[in-house]
Amino acid sequence: MNKILLGLIVGAVLGVIDGATAWFTPQVRDQMLSIIIGSTFKGLVAGVAAGWYARRVQSVPKGIVFGFAVGLVLAFAVAAMPDPKTGEHYWWQIMVPGSILGGVIGWATQRYGKPAPSGRSVATAAG
Amino acid sequence: MSFLSDDTIARLRDITEQPDLTGTRYELVRELGRGGMGIVYEVRDHQLDRSVAMKVLTETVDDEWRAEAKIIAALEHPGIVPVHDAGDLPDGRFYYTMKLVRGVRLDAWAAGGHARTERLRLFARVCEPVAFAHANGVVHRDLKPENVMVGEFGAVLVMDWGVANIAGTPGYMPPERSRDARSDVYALGAILGFLVGDPPRPLRAIVERAMAADPAQRYQSARELGDDVLRFLDGEPVTAYRENPLERAGRWVGRNRVLVGLVAAYLVMRVIVFFWMRL
Repeated sequence: MNKILLGLIVGAVLGVIDGATAWFTPQVRDQMLSIIIGSTFKGLVAGVAAGWYARRVQSVPKGIVFGFAVGLVLAFAVAAMPDPKTGEHYWWQIMVPGSILGGVIGWATQRYGKPAPSGRSVATAAG
Repeated sequence: MSFLSDDTIARLRDITEQPDLTGTRYELVRELGRGGMGIVYEVRDHQLDRSVAMKVLTETVDDEWRAEAKIIAALEHPGIVPVHDAGDLPDGRFYYTMKLVRGVRLDAWAAGGHARTERLRLFARVCEPVAFAHANGVVHRDLKPENVMVGEFGAVLVMDWGVANIAGTPGYMPPERSRDARSDVYALGAILGFLVGDPPRPLRAIVERAMAADPAQRYQSARELGDDVLRFLDGEPVTAYRENPLERAGRWVGRNRVLVGLVAAYLVMRVIVFFWMRL
């Protein structure tokens, strides 16, 4: 499986799980569907970005940092949208878990999946 | 009446043992060491203007050895000390010259307090030339730390190849009389045991399998042994040891520390959010 597709799948799965954890917060339980959709979309975007990065850079630490950064930016965009009922922003409640999940996606895309072909052919003796 | 002192006798013995290099391209520099089959000297090769190691055999050399010397000379591997030249000295003794390796012997290297991981990586590299030689039909017969050199830049070289009919060295010598590649596997197991001291269970199982009394129970090649050591290094299950579920889980966690840390951080964060939102 190539790394972008792997990132998509891992991002989607983790996005659904992350969104589903909102069930434990009664204040937002009535917005579960939109939270899960938003979280899944966030995971998909982070997965594609991390997979794309992993095809270019082979380094687990760098992949984790990249995924972390992408997760943080996406989570910031989500957290910037206020709660429609209270108008409150859940900055750190969304950004910290979101960035950690980005790190997990970054790790997964570095560790697994087929790397991009090098684009070089093997030199022959006749070369 | 006066007697010769011990020093004088030793000096005379050294002189008589010294190889007669008259008429050869070599000039004696110094003695490097002594083994069961001969003495190794550093000599200067005037034809190519370089220093090489010369092993002069003290035992009578038969045709089998000469044939084997040719096979060893044909082994081209970065981990095998190349033989440059072989022949008979004017004093009748058989010699061969090889690359002069600068570095330390494995036994001296091991005394340097290196980490277990580093020792295992080095050991896996010792297995490579041995496996290569086996694939070419050559058995070492006397593998031991003293026959492995660690070069200045970490290169590993195995020396003293395939001397026919040598008995071996106690502690590294397998119990069976007939020798094949599995005899070298036994010796490699002993070297591994020497390098790791008191190892964890999977590593101990590797040593025990390599040194099994029955050759059929050992790893059947040096490559198999080296691969199992590499698997241990990579946190993968080794073929010599059947682990229980708890050990398997522990190994998985150890191998995926980063992921476990990230997931744990995520869960901790979620728990904090859970309680925070209830305040």
